[in-house]
Amino acid sequence: MMRKTLIELQQISKRYDQPKQASVSIMEDINIKIKEGELVSILGPSGSGKSTLLRIIAGLVPPSQGTVLYNGQEIAGTNPGVGMVFQSFALFPWLTVLENVKLGLENKPLREADKMRKALSVIDMIGLDGFEGAYPKELSGGMRQRVGIGRALVMEPDILLMDEPFSALDVLTAENLKRDLLELWTERKIPTQCIIMVTHSIEEAVYMSDRAIVLSRDPARVISDIPIPMAHWRDKQDLQFTSLVDRIYSILTQREGKTTGQAEKKDNTIEKIPPVPAGALTGFIELIDDLGQQVDLYKLADQLSLKLEDFLPIVEAVEMLQFATVVHGDIGLTEAGRRFANASVLFRKEIFKDQVLEHVPIMEKIIWILQSKSNNKMEGAFFVEIFEKHFGAEEAALQLDIVIDWGRYAELIAYDKKAKVLYLENEAAAAVE
Amino acid sequence: MQLNYFHTGNERRPFGWADILVISLLLSILYAAAKLGSGMQVPLDPDELSSLSLDPKWLPYYAGRSLLRMFIAFAASLLFTFVYGRIAAYNRTAEKFMIPAIDILQSVPVLGFLSATVLAFMALFPGSLLGVEFASIFAIFTSQVWNMTLSYYHSLKTIPRELNEAAAMNQLGGWHRFTKLEAPFSMIGLVWNSMMSFGGGWFFLAASESISVLNQDLHLPGIGTYMALAADDGNIKALIYAILTMVVLIVLVDQFFWRPIVAWSQKFKNEQTEAGEVPTSWVLNLLKRASFVHYLNRKLRRGVHDGFLRLSATSSQVKLPQVPPGIKKIFKWLILLTAAALILRYLYSGILEIAQLSWSELIHVVYLGLLTGLRVVVSTLLAVVWTLPIGVFIGTNPRLSRMVQPVVQVLSSFPANMAFPIFTILYLKFGIPMEIGAIPLMMLGTQWYVLFNVIAGAMAIPSDLKEVTVTLKLTRWQTWKKLILPAVFPFLVTGCITASGGAWNASIVSEIVSWKDQDLQAAGLGTFIAEATTNGNWPEIIWGILVMCLLVVIVNRLVWSRLYALAENKYHMD
Repeated sequence: MMRKTLIELQQISKRYDQPKQASVSIMEDINIKIKEGELVSILGPSGSGKSTLLRIIAGLVPPSQGTVLYNGQEIAGTNPGVGMVFQSFALFPWLTVLENVKLGLENKPLREADKMRKALSVIDMIGLDGFEGAYPKELSGGMRQRVGIGRALVMEPDILLMDEPFSALDVLTAENLKRDLLELWTERKIPTQCIIMVTHSIEEAVYMSDRAIVLSRDPARVISDIPIPMAHWRDKQDLQFTSLVDRIYSILTQREGKTTGQAEKKDNTIEKIPPVPAGALTGFIELIDDLGQQVDLYKLADQLSLKLEDFLPIVEAVEMLQFATVVHGDIGLTEAGRRFANASVLFRKEIFKDQVLEHVPIMEKIIWILQSKSNNKMEGAFFVEIFEKHFGAEEAALQLDIVIDWGRYAELIAYDKKAKVLYLENEAAAAVE
Repeated sequence: MQLNYFHTGNERRPFGWADILVISLLLSILYAAAKLGSGMQVPLDPDELSSLSLDPKWLPYYAGRSLLRMFIAFAASLLFTFVYGRIAAYNRTAEKFMIPAIDILQSVPVLGFLSATVLAFMALFPGSLLGVEFASIFAIFTSQVWNMTLSYYHSLKTIPRELNEAAAMNQLGGWHRFTKLEAPFSMIGLVWNSMMSFGGGWFFLAASESISVLNQDLHLPGIGTYMALAADDGNIKALIYAILTMVVLIVLVDQFFWRPIVAWSQKFKNEQTEAGEVPTSWVLNLLKRASFVHYLNRKLRRGVHDGFLRLSATSSQVKLPQVPPGIKKIFKWLILLTAAALILRYLYSGILEIAQLSWSELIHVVYLGLLTGLRVVVSTLLAVVWTLPIGVFIGTNPRLSRMVQPVVQVLSSFPANMAFPIFTILYLKFGIPMEIGAIPLMMLGTQWYVLFNVIAGAMAIPSDLKEVTVTLKLTRWQTWKKLILPAVFPFLVTGCITASGGAWNASIVSEIVSWKDQDLQAAGLGTFIAEATTNGNWPEIIWGILVMCLLVVIVNRLVWSRLYALAENKYHMD
């Protein structure tokens, strides 16, 4: 039997238009179909617009191009068949648990008594019996998210959207909530037809969902759509489970510029620097060196208990500087990386300086600009303006910060925070004398 | 654990003493409002005007009338706040001129306009005191409203994105958005600003109840008028009665209105953890104990909810035809054009009026404005000089600040202009010239804002920083220079901005005072406007007000906004 398509995304793209500048494209040509009975995870590096995609499905954010179909109908405004669970719970602090849940029914043509009955039965279902009169501030994080889930479920939506629903919870609480939710879902205790979940945890995606959609970054595209054909409940030690996790890891850690090889990538685009301070890179390289030749990324992330969002940029940065390479989900140090790991503090700076100058075109350009100025100085705002053309206003300032951090560590550039001026390091030395 | 008595009280409670108390209170309020309100429409005839008496037995009635005025003005302010704030927060085009407009209106001296509004409202209700009544209410309204509107607007702008999204996902309509999200989210700030505005409103009440326009003395029955008559009469006993009544009134309003609201509004604090110390109110506790309050609350909620449901069920079948966007646009432009035409017309006639004055007169008014400006500066500086050490002393002493704060609150609410006669007597006795004497009168009402803020600033100094100064063995002077002054600075600037704005306003009543038939006046813009108003000299009124507005706005832009930016950027503690 063919299952009905509930949600269909057709050629969705999203740009942020900025006054006086070229618009920044964050999402391009996304086509996804989601069928009845599916639990789908959306994965991607930080800044890949996963949450924006979810909000486009919800009708909270309009796409710049393309259409969202719900039951074959194009949606206008908020999607009528959708309930949403938020990362920060988004509970109304001045309403009790009961009132928060009832909020989902507020605009339904039901009598007060009926609303009360419905809300109470949902509260019962999500395991908050006895807490009806409590305020969110009296509850633990896990219970708050239960209220958030209850508020979404009370509307009896066809589609349940979840935006990183477990990432604000501690590990044990999250595990418990995941199981309870899966139970409601797999045993059909809720009338929900499909669940779409944004997550940063690959393990979570493989544990819960029937399909994992992987997005790339800058702009977001669907780079992979992986079916997870395993029966619930899944064993995390199972070989099929770990190999799926490994596979998604390796997809996520492939460097976009090299693997995608898009024709439209012009020469004048500058590559973004992953926002990782030099100090963190040093520690990471030392760790890999200690662990030996090749290290499994998935296990490494687990060992560092880092979220994917924080972990991937570090891997990207060491790859960019060619201190390490990633092959099939395993990371290993390069020659330069090994030298760096075993060098003294001063010598490390030398190696770092060489790598940065060779592999980070932004840094090279900045040095060149500073050198060509007679006083070897330049306002930070000048660089921010250049970056804005490539990355957009918000990202530009961040990029400058990280460039300054790397440049300072490499003793290439110095920065006067008060005057917001960059200058060459030898100039800084002269200024002190 | 905190219980929400208003929503979940399903258990039956016996009818108790609390119910009887609350019911009798309600009845008395209803009766008083009806009685006092019926007095509003008194025809305007001289006999009626002179019938106001200094007999203290009339004081409760007068106080009631004044209170009614205050609450009507407050209700109007609240309504205005919700409408204006909402439009400004959600309509980007409107926001661009609505918020700067408030910024300017906020710095405009309200009392300067009093005479103009009195005349306008009198024309609306010819032959009745209702016009004067409205003018008084309007004056109080304009003194309260901007502050509240700005607070509401800022709250709406800072509603967290996810709460907005949750509201959208739950398909909340406009009304539910307001009751469940917007009003609760802005409640804390709005209550605080309302309380401050209401306290400041007493000053304008006292100033606007009895006023002379076009050589005609107009008196509304009220406590401000009683005070004015006492001063005219030179009746010191009546003077003291009035002051005592005023204090009692302020304390009563605080206990029966603001304290319960503040205590109740605590549940709207947008925090995820429980706070330590929570404001309480015995009146609110009483209300919570009364079981019929619960009963009424529950019935009302249910009734209103289901009633609305029935209403929307019948009305939803009728769909209004969509207005085509072209016509909408034309309509929008039409409104804009009409507004522009009206503004231009009045601007033109205003300029024509001013044109009747000679150059030397025009320049003389500017000179008077500078004189008054000097007094405003001196009064603000003097306020800083005495409040800084005392405010810091109080603020760094938690026990003391708990005790002092309610007192300061009453003092700041007390309308300074009601204390003017006392000062006038002293000035007359010791022969102090008004040129200097006006300055303490200005300070009387405005210094409290500085004190409030300094106390708040001193209380906010982190204790670990204080400990650092001790361990570093800094001298007292070094501690002040390195820690206290920088920490208090942002608060001090905020207080000074409010204080100097208040001083400009006060200048209209504090540069010219009288006791019996002796008048004391200082050369200044305040005196100028007050006299022009009495004589009904329109060109002088318009030019005087214009000069005052310009001076205030210029000083704000050149001095205060810069200091404020400095305070925000450099001395802000986070």
